[in-house]
Amino acid sequence: MNSADDNLYRNSPRAWSLLGRVWVLGLLLLLSGAQVLAGEANPWVRLEADGLHDPKGGAIRDLQQPGEALAPLPRDVVGNMVRWVEALRTGVITPRTNILPDTKIQVLDLDIIYPNTGNYNFVRFPHKAHTEWLDCSNCHDAIFAKKYRGTTISMANILEGRQCGQCHGAVSFPLTECNRCHSVDSQNFAGKFGPQPVAK
Amino acid sequence: MRFVRLSTLCLLLVLCVPQAEAEYADVVLNRTAEAAGVRPVIYPHWFHRMRFRCKVCHSELGFVMRAGANKIDMAGIMEGKFCGMCHNGEIAWNVEHCDRCHSGLPGLKSGIRGGDSAGGPGYW
Ligand code: HEC
Ligand code: HEC
Ligand code: HEC
Ligand code: HEC
Ligand code: HEC
Ligand code: HEC
Repeated sequence: MNSADDNLYRNSPRAWSLLGRVWVLGLLLLLSGAQVLAGEANPWVRLEADGLHDPKGGAIRDLQQPGEALAPLPRDVVGNMVRWVEALRTGVITPRTNILPDTKIQVLDLDIIYPNTGNYNFVRFPHKAHTEWLDCSNCHDAIFAKKYRGTTISMANILEGRQCGQCHGAVSFPLTECNRCHSVDSQNFAGKFGPQPVAK
Repeated sequence: MRFVRLSTLCLLLVLCVPQAEAEYADVVLNRTAEAAGVRPVIYPHWFHRMRFRCKVCHSELGFVMRAGANKIDMAGIMEGKFCGMCHNGEIAWNVEHCDRCHSGLPGLKSGIRGGDSAGGPGYW
C-alpha cells in the first residue's frame, strides 16, 4: 500500500531537492527569526557602530550607550523604542520642567478631534500629553492658531515636516504610526468635532 | 534554479543584517566644526529628554526647533549661551571635555538623524 509513496521519495531526485529546499528555507527563516528576536531584546545600535560617532574619538567611552539607558523604560517598537508619554507619567523618568526659577509651568487638558481624514480614522490631538513636555509657545502661535480650525492642517504638510510633522518624524514618534494620531474610529463616532469637554 | 536559490539567499541575508543607524533624533552640528579642525558635534535628544522636558531647551533657553537654525559657536558656549547654559560645570560637566561633544566621524552633514521616520524629518 505505502510502497508507491515510499518509492516517490526514495527514488525521485526531484522530490528530494524539493524537500531540501524547504529545509534550507525553514532554516533561514529560523535564523532571521532569531535575529529579529535578538533585535527585540536590545534593538539599540551601539554608539561606535551607529555611523555617526567616531570609534577613534577620545571620549567615546565616556558616553552612555542608548541600549543601557533606554532598556529599563517602557518599550516601543519605533523611534527611540521608548514610550515617552508613559515613561513620564509612570515616573520612570523625571525630566526637569525648568532651569530658571520663575518660569511658569502650564499643563492643559484639552483634546481636539479632527474630521478631515478622508475615509480614515479621525484624529485626536491631546493637549495634555503635549504640554507635559512642551510649552504653549512651541506651538502657539507659530505653528497653530489658538483656535480650532484656525490653521488648515493637512497630511501633505505633516509629511513635509510642518505642523504635527515638525516634531513627529524628527524627535517624537514617527509618522509611520498612523493610528496613534488617527485614533478615533470614524464608523462609530457619535460625538462632536473640535475641542472636547474635559473628562473629570 | 541554482541562481534563484542563491539570489533568495542573498536577499534574505540582506534583510537579516541589521543596518547601522544613528539613534532616533540625534542631531549632527557641523556648520563650522570640521572646517575649524575639530570633529563634528553629535547632540543626542534621547539622552537629554530623560533629564529635561523639551520646553527647557526650546522655550526657556531659546533653541529654535529646526536643525541648523541656531548659529551655535564656541565663543557663545563659553559665555554660557547655547549648550553652555548647562555645560558650565554646574548643571552638567563643563566645556573642557571637548571630545564628548565633538565626537562625530569626519565628513558628516549637519541635520537630524533617525531610523524610523516616514521620509521626514524636516523638508526633503
Ligand atoms: C538643559 C541643559 C543642557 C543643555 C542646554 C545641553 N546639555 Fe548636554 N547634558 C546635560 C546634562 C545634565 C548632561 C549629563 C551630565 C552628567 O552626566 O553629568 C548632558 C550630557 C551631554 C552629553 C553626554 C551624553 C552621554 O552619553 O553621557 C553630550 C554629548 C551633550 N550633553 C551634548 C550637548 C550639546 C552638543 C549641547 C548643545 C547643542 C548640549 N549638550 C546642551 C544638559 C544639557
Ligand atoms: C502626528 C499625527 C499624524 C500621523 C502620525 C498621521 N496623521 Fe494623517 N492626519 C493628521 C491630521 C492632524 C490630519 C488633518 C485632519 C483635519 O484637518 O481634519 C490628517 C489627515 C489625514 C488624511 C486626510 C487627507 C489629508 O491630506 O489631509 C489622510 C488620508 C491621512 N491623514 C492619512 C494618514 C496615514 C495613512 C498616516 C500614516 C502613514 C497618517 N495619516 C499619519 C495627523 C496625523
Ligand atoms: C504640540 C502643539 C501644541 C501645544 C504645545 C499647545 N497647543 Fe493649544 N492647540 C494646538 C492645536 C493643534 C490647536 C488647534 C488649532 C487648529 O485647529 O487650528 C490648539 C488649540 C488651542 C486652543 C483653542 C481651542 C478652541 O476652543 O478652539 C487653546 C485655547 C489652546 N490651544 C491653548 C493652549 C495652551 C494654553 C497651551 C499651553 C499650556 C497650548 N495650547 C499648547 C496645539 C498645541
Ligand atoms: C512641538 C512638537 C510637537 C508637535 C508640533 C506635535 N506633537 Fe504630538 N507629541 C509631541 C511629543 C514630544 C509627544 C510625546 C511622545 C513622543 O515624544 O513620542 C507627542 C505625542 C503625541 C501623541 C501621543 C499621546 C499619548 O497619549 O501617547 C499624539 C496622539 C500626538 N502627539 C498627536 C499630535 C498631532 C495630531 C499633532 C498635530 C496637530 C501633534 N501631535 C503635533 C510633540 C509634538
Ligand atoms: C557642550 C558641547 C561642546 C563642548 C564641550 C565643546 N564644544 Fe566646541 N562646539 C560645540 C558646538 C555645538 C559647536 C558648533 C558646531 C557647528 O555647528 O559646526 C562647536 C564649535 C566648535 C568650533 C568651531 C568654531 C567655533 O568657534 O565655533 C571649534 C574650533 C570648537 N568647537 C572647539 C572646541 C574645543 C577646543 C573644545 C574643548 C575645549 C570644545 N569645542 C568643547 C559644542 C561643544
Ligand atoms: C538639551 C536641550 C534640548 C532638549 C531637552 C530638547 N531639544 Fe530639540 N533640539 C535641541 C538642539 C540643540 C537642536 C538642534 C538645533 C540646531 O541644529 O540648530 C534641536 C532640534 C530639534 C528639532 C528640529 C528637528 C528638525 O527636523 O529640524 C525638533 C523638532 C526638536 N528639537 C524637538 C524637540 C522635542 C519634541 C523635545 C522634547 C521631547 C526636544 N526637542 C528636547 C536641543 C534640545
